[in-house]
Amino acid sequence: MADVRRVISILVENESSVLSRVSGLFAGRGYNIETLTVAPIPDSNRSRITIVTKGSKRVIEQITKQLHKLIPVYKVVEHEEMVEKEMVLAKFPIEENLADIQALCQAYNGGIANVGANMIIGMVTDEPCRVKHFLEATRRYNPLEIVRGGVVAIER
Amino acid sequence: MKMNGARMVCEALIAEGVKTVFGYPGGAIMNVYDEIYKQNGFEHILNRHEQASVHAADGYARATGEVGVAMVTSGPGFTNAVTGLATAYMDSIPLVVISGQVPLSLIGTDGFQEIDAVGISRPCTKHNYLVRELKELPRILKEAFHIARTGRPGPVLVDIPKDITAEFGEFNYPKDVNIPSYKPTTKGNNRQIEKAIEAILKSKKPLLYIGGGVVLSNASNLVRKLAKMGGIPAVETLMARGVMGDSNPLLQGMLGMHGNYSSNMAMSETDLVISLGARFDDRVTGKLSEFAKYADIIHVDIDPANISKLVMVDYPIVGDISIVLEKIIKGIEDKINSERYSDWRTVLNRYNEIHPLTYQDSNDVLKPQWVIERVGELLGKDAVITSDVGQHQMWSAQHYPFDRPRQWINSGGLGTMGFGFPSALGAKKGCPDKTVINFTGDGSILMNVQELVTASEYKIPVINIILNNHFLGMVRQWQSFFYDNRFSETDLSYQPNFKALAEACGGLGYDVTTKEEFDSALKDAIEKDKVTFINVAINRFENVLPMVPAGGALYNMILADKEEKK
Repeated sequence: MADVRRVISILVENESSVLSRVSGLFAGRGYNIETLTVAPIPDSNRSRITIVTKGSKRVIEQITKQLHKLIPVYKVVEHEEMVEKEMVLAKFPIEENLADIQALCQAYNGGIANVGANMIIGMVTDEPCRVKHFLEATRRYNPLEIVRGGVVAIER
Repeated sequence: MKMNGARMVCEALIAEGVKTVFGYPGGAIMNVYDEIYKQNGFEHILNRHEQASVHAADGYARATGEVGVAMVTSGPGFTNAVTGLATAYMDSIPLVVISGQVPLSLIGTDGFQEIDAVGISRPCTKHNYLVRELKELPRILKEAFHIARTGRPGPVLVDIPKDITAEFGEFNYPKDVNIPSYKPTTKGNNRQIEKAIEAILKSKKPLLYIGGGVVLSNASNLVRKLAKMGGIPAVETLMARGVMGDSNPLLQGMLGMHGNYSSNMAMSETDLVISLGARFDDRVTGKLSEFAKYADIIHVDIDPANISKLVMVDYPIVGDISIVLEKIIKGIEDKINSERYSDWRTVLNRYNEIHPLTYQDSNDVLKPQWVIERVGELLGKDAVITSDVGQHQMWSAQHYPFDRPRQWINSGGLGTMGFGFPSALGAKKGCPDKTVINFTGDGSILMNVQELVTASEYKIPVINIILNNHFLGMVRQWQSFFYDNRFSETDLSYQPNFKALAEACGGLGYDVTTKEEFDSALKDAIEKDKVTFINVAINRFENVLPMVPAGGALYNMILADKEEKK
């Protein structure tokens, strides 16, 4: 069976060991994690973990079922219709063409986040496939460092 | 009422109806042991190794259906318990294991006997807790018992820092549990159940595939009822031995790697598998693409993750087997009769006549199968049988005439050598009126042999029958079959004097080489009612047969030894 990419949101009790339960499940059962983000849900004692994974349909089904079995997991959503965004911070040498970098970042829903004596930091927030294009485009500006935020997603 | 955390632990155990706790004290759990000293609500059994404590609690749980309880200290106490947790986890056995932990302020500092118990046990428990505040303790203990025994049962660890057991607070043991994120599905989807009934009525060759879940759900009577009502043949997994009762003509036997011919052929030829609480383990299925190749599959399981995990299922039903079976029986009662599948049964009976489960008995040397069948003749349904892991385990599963569920206790999923003896202690504590026999091997018995002392001290008279071939027999068998007789590190010719060893620890020992000696040793041991080793010298090169080589199709069985074929 061909591998498919899936974005899975997991609503969990906000307790200290919950992330290790989730990530340990993936490691222990040999499931793949491409990105993982986690943050508390406002005004609740729950957190939302968003995981991008790849696997055959059967593996994806097992992942959601196994996640459901974890006691502190309230809900597992395997997204079909969703808005998906990822954030990237990229640091460039100040010697590069700053106008180009700014234009590039703006083209991907971002801009310049910070400028220092030796570097400029660009920020973009976009769909994962567009983020990939952005990262390809940045290469010619010799980025010093790139930080990706991982995917967050919300059901439409 | 105000009390310290240690007392709360004891009060909670008493409130849960716990009669026996198996454990071993140490620094971090001392506060709790101090309260154990002061109370009379439950008995504490001091095993001589923490692994044995957890196995004993496990054996107690398997024999009685109640939650088994073990208690250990932090660090090595806990790590010794891990094999016990994993064993229970793999077989879905309800346990609550309480471990001490270093004080909260020392956690994370590599304190003396500190280890991350919650981290280590996460993959081998159903759930685990590190108690961070005294006020959480009663709720956590209540939840631990609830989680252990509901849904798909399993072991739960509660790790309690030492300062929390010393701290005083108000104790109100909760009456109810409310875990919003934990609501097991028990009832089964009615539409799916209707479809399953239609499938059974349409089928010409249905087969009940019975797993350990039936035992856990206490659904044996319902399974027997459904089988009888429709004259539906049945096969049992290793974990389900006893569910149908071996005198039941519908039972083909155990299936899988060491299943008998008619069971494996039934699975290979059936057109409808009715899987009840079984999980399509690789030791059962053999080559997956050939498993039940011609069949649609109904799968009833309380754990949705078991459904379509390995084999795609046509009629998935998530629910408690007892509840689902009651609905199926109600729905099918008027539409089915016991003559319906008689052609199919004739085929299977024929298979059983061609290749019955058998062995070559001998007058020169004791055969392990004879020993097991003999115990079956002498004790039958009055015994609880535990076993260790290896050839003797398979022979016991094949040849003992099991009569009821919970009569057969063994480590199926994890395959833990050293499980048999301590689990027998637990089983005997749970069923004091039954004779408890542990079939073991000369390899396995040494893995928890220290329990001789426990058994003697507490007068727990379990009888260990050591089927002694001076080999790690199962590994030796594989070496014979698949490694060209290179017996790498499996020759156990160097042995302790088992008779003297048992006697040194206050038990009885017998060396047995003939049938007469065996009979008199067993009779004597039962009469004297003490912990016993019966060291039985058996044929060194006896193999467990039939055998489906790992990864092979179920219908490709090695049925007899090459020598015997000649």
